[in-house]
Order: sequence, then C-alpha cells, then structure tokens
Amino acid sequence: MNLADGVQIVSFVVLAAMMLGGALGVVLLDNIVYSAFLLGFVFISMSGMYILLNAAFVAAAQVLIYVGAVNVLILFGIMLVNKRQDFAPVPKAWLGKAATGLVCVGLFVLLGAMVLATPWSLSTLTPIGDGALVAIGKHFFTDFLLPFELASVLLLMAMIGAIVLARRDFLPGELAEPDETVLTLPERPRELVSSKK
Amino acid sequence: MTSGIDLQASFIEVLTGLGLPAGVAKVLWLPLPMVIIVAAVTVLALVSTWLERKISAAAQQRIGPEYMGPLGMLAPVADVIKLLFKEDISIAKTDPWLFAIAPLLVFIPVFLSYIIVPFGQNLLITDLSVGIFIWISLSSIAPIGLLMAGYSSNNKYSLLGGLRAAAQSISYEIPLALAVLAIAMMSNSLSTIDIVDQQSGYGILSWNIWRQPIGFLIFWIAALAECERMPFDLPEAEEELVAGYQTEYSSVKFMLFYAGSYANLVLSALLVSVLYLGGWESPIPVSWIAGWINVSENTPWLQLLTASLGIIMTLFKTYLMVFIAILLRWTVPRVRIDQLLDLGWKFLLPVSLVNLLVTAALKLTFPVAFGG
Repeated sequence: MNLADGVQIVSFVVLAAMMLGGALGVVLLDNIVYSAFLLGFVFISMSGMYILLNAAFVAAAQVLIYVGAVNVLILFGIMLVNKRQDFAPVPKAWLGKAATGLVCVGLFVLLGAMVLATPWSLSTLTPIGDGALVAIGKHFFTDFLLPFELASVLLLMAMIGAIVLARRDFLPGELAEPDETVLTLPERPRELVSSKK
Repeated sequence: MTSGIDLQASFIEVLTGLGLPAGVAKVLWLPLPMVIIVAAVTVLALVSTWLERKISAAAQQRIGPEYMGPLGMLAPVADVIKLLFKEDISIAKTDPWLFAIAPLLVFIPVFLSYIIVPFGQNLLITDLSVGIFIWISLSSIAPIGLLMAGYSSNNKYSLLGGLRAAAQSISYEIPLALAVLAIAMMSNSLSTIDIVDQQSGYGILSWNIWRQPIGFLIFWIAALAECERMPFDLPEAEEELVAGYQTEYSSVKFMLFYAGSYANLVLSALLVSVLYLGGWESPIPVSWIAGWINVSENTPWLQLLTASLGIIMTLFKTYLMVFIAILLRWTVPRVRIDQLLDLGWKFLLPVSLVNLLVTAALKLTFPVAFGG
C-alpha cells in the first residue's frame, strides 16, 4: 500500500465517523441551534467524501449551496425567530419515542438488507476527475435539460412566494393599526400597502 | 508561453540526486509550499494592518505609529505579542464550545482559499480545475462562523452583528459569483492560472479590466462587502453595535478574527489582481523585452528575473487595491442596512446579470477579443 492509498483510507474513516457522529447529533441534541450547526458539519464532511471520489466540482458546489446558503438560511431563520419556549412534559412520552426508535431501526434494517442484497453494477470506467465540470454542463443542456429547467421554475415559484409573504400585501387592513407616534429616526417604517386605503 | 521555473520538479530532482527515492522527495516537498504560503499570508496581513494605521493617519493628517521600529513597522508585531499574552477570558453565560469554534470557522476558510492564489506560472500550491470556484464556496462558510460568534456570545449586539454579517454575505455572494462567471466565460476555465494566461500577450492592454470594466467594479464592491470593509462594515459598526459579533472576544480568539479579516482583504485584493489586472504579468511583457535585447527566454537569469518580477507585480497590484480599500474606509461614510441590501439586490444583481449576458453576446460576436 502506498502513501496515497493510506491517506485515502484514513480520510474515509475519519470523514465517515464525522458524518455519522454529526448526523446523530443533529437528531439527538435538544438545542436546535446545535443541531443546525452540526448539520453544516455533516454537509462539510459530505463534501470531503466527494473530494475523495475525485469530484472536486461537486464538493465545492456542496459547500457553496448546502453550507453557504441552505445552512446559513436555516440558522438565520432559527435566530430571527428565537423562540424560547419550554414545552410541558407530555405524560408517557417514552411510548412515542420508543415507537419512533422502532420504526427508525426497522427502516435502517430494511435499507441495509436492500443495499446488501442488490447486485450493484459497479462502473469500471476511470473517474472523470477534472473533466467533470464540462461533462455536467453538457448534460444540463442536453439530456437533463427538462429536470434542470423544472428545478429553476420551482425555485422561481419559491422565490415569488417568499416575496409575496415578505411584502405582506394580503394582511387585512384592521391588523395594521395606524401608528400615531411620529418617528423621527431615518428608519421610519414604510406603510403597508393595504393600510393606505 | 514558457513554463517558467518549476520549483517542485527541481526540488525533487535535487533530493533524488542525493539518493532519496522519488516518493520520499515528494512527501518532503508537500508541506513546504503550504508552510511558506501560511507564513507569507500572515506577513501580508500584518503589513496591511500597518498600512491601515499609516494611511488612516495620513488621511487624518496625523503621523501614526512612529517609534516602534522604522516608521512604526513593528506595530503589528507588538499587536500580535500583546494579543498572545492577554488572558483568554471565558465569559460567564456564553456557550463555551461555540464561542471557541467560531473564530476558527472564520479564520480557516480564508487561509484555505490561498491554495489557488498564483504568484507566478508555477508559484501556487495547486492548480485546481475548479480554481476560483473553491474560493467562492469557501468564502460562504465564514458567515456560519459569524452567526456562531453572534449567537454564542449571548449579547444582543453580537447577535445583531452576526445576523447582519450573514445577510450581507449572502446578498453580495451572488453579484460576486456572477462577476467571476463572466471572467470564467471569457477564459474558458475556472483555473486561476488559465485566467492569468488568457490575459497575457499584449501587456497591459490585454488585462481583463479593459474588457470587463463593469464586472471589475461589481467584483470590487462585492468583495469589499464580503470583507466587511468600511462602506459596508455594518456587522461591526462600532457606533451602533459596539463591535458586532466580536464584542465579547479578546486575546487569541480576537486575534483570529482580526487576522482573518485582514487576510481576507489581502485575498480579495490578490484575486482582483489575478482576475482583472493580469496577475503576475508586467504591463510590458518580459518576453518582449527579452526579444528586444536578444536573450533567449530559457536563460536561467532571465527566468529568475521573470519569476521575481511576477511576485513583485502581483504584490504591487494587490497592495494598490488594499490602498484603495483603506482610503475608502477612512473617507467614505457607512451605508445603512436597508441601503446595503437595496444596493446588493436591486442594483448589483441586475447589473451583473446584464454584464454576464453582454459578455456572452460579445464572446459570440468577437471571439478574437473575448476568448471565443
């Protein structure tokens, strides 16, 4: 075994341990902020896996999209809402937890059996490596054009939805009470569109 | 194009000449560029803190640091020593783990991004095919560290600063990436080496800044916003938020934030010089001069001269941009948060999209000039 193989195996074991530990932490920790940070950790370990598989572009895209955008927005949402609510302990909560655990273990066993039973057709081609970027681009604009465009339409819909929600045009007029105190700061809140009637 | 000096090949050659096997020589080589780059980046960041003091002093008609070494050049060193010897205070009611991890999350991606910064044809750590994209994706990790610092400090100013940092960083990443995309389209590659090579040939006239003037401005504005430099330093606006997310930090942890921010500034300036100002190329190519005085390009002393001139050129362009950033910091007032987001989403984003479209159209129309 030469140096490169050794480094690869050690990195794989370390990354797998990081990923599994992080994922368990996301699910099991009580503090939702910890869970969100650990989610970013899991995403970063996954991008490490992609690097091990010689897919540098996918790894970078993983970091950019999942860590840089999705996870930051999740954290952003958690911190803006910042709801500190203590839930009343539910009697016999362990029943629900036990049932959930049973279902999860069952699902894991099923999937594990499926993975072991399926005869995987492993590709014997050498990894494309640095040419992946061009190959992905070509696929996007030829045989995967429809899914690509559908995904962009979906994102556009989500964006329009977010803008509509954020503008709050749909609020009934009585909810937005006219504020009598005149603010003198430059950050005077803009009037809602619905309250201008 | 000559390949220039290949330090790795020569180093391995020397070691195998001494009787070491090639594999061992390669292993001995591997850590060298990384250590050198980390040390160099630290020095570059320290130099820019010194420049900040001196230029701010000049902008305000003061003298600035004077007695610590010649022209106060040892002031950054004194700074580092002070911060190293300060007590590492663990503050009550903070979240100790997140509080300790946050500065690292801000610091490490910045230093990691230097793997793709070239100082010469072969003078970089690795020439990745995804090149500049690595930098964009790594710079998107920093806001997580800032949010972590803001949250774990258990302080309302810190939390506000962290939230502002994340909002700002997410907003300005998009115009930044679109400006880089226009460059990548022109050079048919994301690799920093290819981007610089595509700008060589006609000296100063072939630099990207003439072909991408709008992209250059967008990139510089967005890079300043990503670095949280003055017109956009809302996350640490000291009049409003004490010091934003770093309010509760001191000693080594504060030093990591501080070094990270200056290393990030230098990194952005380096990338401006790589993407728009021709990287290590001189305004008049060395190969032309060599041709005029009839010296072969493979002469050892000429190669050495080219390599040194390349490093000097890169650093000169970089520090020109750092100088502009510092001058901006001490002359321009801070924007408000709504103005900042308006500028990012309503102005820079459409302009950068139009810039991208125009670049694509020009590339199809004039493939000679726009790298068809």
